[in-house]
Amino acid sequence: MLILTCPYCGIRCDETELAAGGEAHLKRFGPGSSDEEFEGYLFMRANPKGVHFERWRHAYGCGKWFHAARNTATLEVYGTYPAQVHEPPQEVLDAISTRVPGWRWKDVS
Amino acid sequence: MSRRLPKGGRLIDRSKSLGFSFNGKEMRGYAGDTLASALLAEGQVLMGRSFKHHRPRGIVASGPEEPNALMGLGRDGTFEPNARATTTELFQGLEARSQNHWPSLENDFGAISSMLSRFLPSGFYYKTFLWPRAFWKHVYEPAIRLSAGLGKPPMRRDTDHYEHFNITIDVLVIGGGISGLAAASAAAESGADVLLVEQDPAWGGRAPVDGARIDGMSAEEWIGSTLQSLQSMPNVRMRTRTTGSGIHDHGYVLLHERLTDHAPEHSVPRHRLWKVRAGQVVAATGAIERPLSFAGNDRPGCMLASAVRDYVVNYGVAPGERTVILTNNDDAYRTALTLREAGLGVSAVLDTRQQATGPLAAAARDAGLNVRPGCGIAGIVGRNRVDGVQVCRQDSDGEVIDVIQADCVAMSGGWSPATHVWCHAGGKLSWNDEAAHFAPDPARPPTGVDGMAMMQVAGSASGAIHSGTALESAHAAGVLAGKALGESRGRKAGRAPAGEDEGHQPMEPVWLVPARAPYAKRAKSWLDFQNDVKVSDIELAAREGYESVEHAKRYTTLGMATDQGKLSNINGLAILSRELGAPIEEVGTTTFRPPYVPVTMGAIAGEARGELFQPVRKTPIHEWHEANGAHWEPVGHWRRPYAFPVQGESVHDAVKREVLATRSGVGLLDASTLGKLVVKGPDAARFLDMLYTNMMSTLKPGKCRYGLMCSENGFLVDDGVVARLDGDTWLCHTTSGGADRIHASMEEWLQTEWWDWKVYVANVTEQFAQIGVAGPRARDLLNELGPSMDLGREALSFMAWTDGALGNVPVRVFRISFSGELSFEIAAPAGQARALWDRLLEAGRPLGMTPYGTEALHVMRAEKGFIMIGDETDGTVTPQDLGLHWAISKRKDDFLGKRAQEREHMTDPLRWRLVGLETLDGSVLPDGAYATDEGVNANGQQKTQGRVTSTYYSPTLDRGIAMGLVERGPDRMGEILEFPVIDGEPVRARIVNPVFHDPDGEKQNA
Ligand SMILES: [Zn+2]
Repeated sequence: MLILTCPYCGIRCDETELAAGGEAHLKRFGPGSSDEEFEGYLFMRANPKGVHFERWRHAYGCGKWFHAARNTATLEVYGTYPAQVHEPPQEVLDAISTRVPGWRWKDVS
Repeated sequence: MSRRLPKGGRLIDRSKSLGFSFNGKEMRGYAGDTLASALLAEGQVLMGRSFKHHRPRGIVASGPEEPNALMGLGRDGTFEPNARATTTELFQGLEARSQNHWPSLENDFGAISSMLSRFLPSGFYYKTFLWPRAFWKHVYEPAIRLSAGLGKPPMRRDTDHYEHFNITIDVLVIGGGISGLAAASAAAESGADVLLVEQDPAWGGRAPVDGARIDGMSAEEWIGSTLQSLQSMPNVRMRTRTTGSGIHDHGYVLLHERLTDHAPEHSVPRHRLWKVRAGQVVAATGAIERPLSFAGNDRPGCMLASAVRDYVVNYGVAPGERTVILTNNDDAYRTALTLREAGLGVSAVLDTRQQATGPLAAAARDAGLNVRPGCGIAGIVGRNRVDGVQVCRQDSDGEVIDVIQADCVAMSGGWSPATHVWCHAGGKLSWNDEAAHFAPDPARPPTGVDGMAMMQVAGSASGAIHSGTALESAHAAGVLAGKALGESRGRKAGRAPAGEDEGHQPMEPVWLVPARAPYAKRAKSWLDFQNDVKVSDIELAAREGYESVEHAKRYTTLGMATDQGKLSNINGLAILSRELGAPIEEVGTTTFRPPYVPVTMGAIAGEARGELFQPVRKTPIHEWHEANGAHWEPVGHWRRPYAFPVQGESVHDAVKREVLATRSGVGLLDASTLGKLVVKGPDAARFLDMLYTNMMSTLKPGKCRYGLMCSENGFLVDDGVVARLDGDTWLCHTTSGGADRIHASMEEWLQTEWWDWKVYVANVTEQFAQIGVAGPRARDLLNELGPSMDLGREALSFMAWTDGALGNVPVRVFRISFSGELSFEIAAPAGQARALWDRLLEAGRPLGMTPYGTEALHVMRAEKGFIMIGDETDGTVTPQDLGLHWAISKRKDDFLGKRAQEREHMTDPLRWRLVGLETLDGSVLPDGAYATDEGVNANGQQKTQGRVTSTYYSPTLDRGIAMGLVERGPDRMGEILEFPVIDGEPVRARIVNPVFHDPDGEKQNA
């Protein structure tokens, strides 16, 4: 039962208010993409022990989608930020670096 | 024989006598007794039969760790199985029954199976599965089901009520012994809001029994004054009878409070489940004494030394007249001294250590007790209870050197910190060789949202089992917990309370008594009393290759009973480690999982039962349906009328009548559950072109189009009619169950993929009712209500909509049809829908108008070959499978599912595709039936080539009709398939066009 702060309404949400949406920062591949690209988009997911970026929706609150950077092992939350970005904001990356020097998640570090 | 002592018992009130019954026999106890103490006071030592071998069992412990004394309590609507007698407070009229025996506790048939115990080794269940299958089904399973098991489940609905609490608190302290009190005081003094909970009815834990002295006071005096000061602090809340059940992520804690178990005459909720969010959790959960493993250690009369002491001091009950103490540490000497002081016999103190040199041993000798160092127990004399003890040297193979008369054995194998809640949230343990226990590792605590420790551990739960160090650690834990909240409170905790301890001689771990006990003794040395796991079982598991502790646990079921191995865990690990030749810390512990002790199902459900379990969604016309005999069908959270049987009519006949009346005259349907989503904005057209497989941007205002939605996987997920309301506004109808899901999916795409598109979506499903009017007389009926707009064939053509008023109600009329008849769907504001419904009923009476339910709706759509999401689709079906190519735009570059539909498997010519199925004998095919094919698949199973997706009796055709998905189905018109059915000959059906009724669509165009 995590607590994540919704970056839109500022509420510290109990997990029961939220809906999980899986891995964040996926790139959509549509018609014209290769089988490998499409497979990666549709099926391949990171499942790290450690730093992870996830999508969440404040489903029983403001209804907004947001991203959370958190640690799947220690459950530390490094930050939450709106979903309307293609990559994590610098201050979240910095927050992770202070806690987990040398971390890496897919192409992000 | 156990009995009540003439005086003593700090927790009982001898002026309040209470009557209760055990197995129908009337007994008496005192207010403050537990069921266990009251039974012992009445001389009842035999409490039940063990799970697997039906061995006679008595009380071992005095708290929630009790493995044996499980009772069925109450009767009928208040019956509860598997209640621990040691935590059940006595009340007037309590009814208790022992479990797992037949015909009676004293003469148990199942006990015969204990003679067969060598045929029931560890892994018995798994091994049995390897034997011939028929043996398992007809011989072993019935026998095991008869003999295994604890209590029986209640047969009546629980008449009690329960509730949930939600609370946020700075510091939660679990455990109200002296350490919990000290930690709570320190945290509260530093300014934190504190919730302190204790599982027992009384505060203070073991200290008063153990005789600790704190700050120059007796434990009882110190507890009294500390409670007083805590109660005077406005930032402290305290609850007894409340167990810390589970610690979860980010300080989420479940507490289980028992409010009226001890006083059932009160009408407040019986139990309360607290859902706590705590900034910091302090575990002051104490420690649990370990039994010792010797032959016959499960005989009634063998108890934990601390429990023997508890019964004497707390309840004034003597567990026996002559007790033998068996110990590897100093603490059990307290039991010897307590028994002596109460005037009871102590036959001997057998100390497995070579020397007994501590001050407590000296005190025992001074009191004239027979202390015998280097000794152990070779065996127990007595069948249904302890009659005597065979003494041996600990360092031997069990040669009997002496037999002592005794009716009670008080054993102590040392103390294990109760680390369960620490581990629930991910805290790690480290092994302490000196104390031979696992204790919380403060360097690897459970972490919270900030990555910092969210838990502190206080007192003996941290491994500090002597009161001086326990209180120091507890105070420090309280200070740390307060500090973790920040310095802003600006207050400082006082000093730590000072406990005074005698010096003590170190304990010496002993995992088997005697050290070189032969197999015959190890096969009678119990580790897990509740699940009947012995030393020899763990050894066998290790020999058979179960080296991982988690595997050995599951193979032998060690620690898997309702007590979760509170007594057996470390003893079992030690045996496993000995057998594997690996140190205990390398073998490691099994995983501790919530709940710490069983939580009632009632507490988990709370208020969410009956009507409150799941709120029912009701349409604006619901009350009319209710008043007119609707036969209900659940659709999502909605209740919809399945049919409206009139007096004496069967549901089947009602459906038939409703279909025929609609096809021949006019029918009325409450379609309000239909999902209604308004999509609006400059980019709405572009958005809908991505969501639907069809082209929605080209739809003209005033017109409707049937649309399909796919997932990115390419499979059909929803369908419905889309109406364009104006230049940048569309109204998307979804399936009844799909509105919330599709709305959420639209939001997801708009917020997370196309967030720069200017589109708003609003779910107006409940703002508008929808009434379907279908049948050849549909237009006549609407014209009766004096419409403000022209509803004529040309003015409102098929697949068009118009606004206007009908019977003075503002409406939007869609000319769409799901029945194949001339049909109008009328949307009206929810608040005026019932009035419109009533006016339609009244105007329809002369026309013989018939309200119909969802089954008639389904039958009529199947007669027309219209698909239904969830019947023809199951998440693996594409629009192409359903012959809906015409609804998939070829002119669009992209839409959800387009890329997936290009994948090889999706265009496989062998895919199962939609057809109609017509039984040769006119019967109705069973739903979901499979069409068989020649040969077998790779698993040796009969091959299949299709299945039934919808099947009905068609009143219009007076025969069975069905739709199904069949391999290359549309290419095989006229072929005959065989559908095997249960208990009968296969049904033969011909592949036909799925449109059974009015294939040219003339009726809906009327
Ligand atoms: Zn929010």
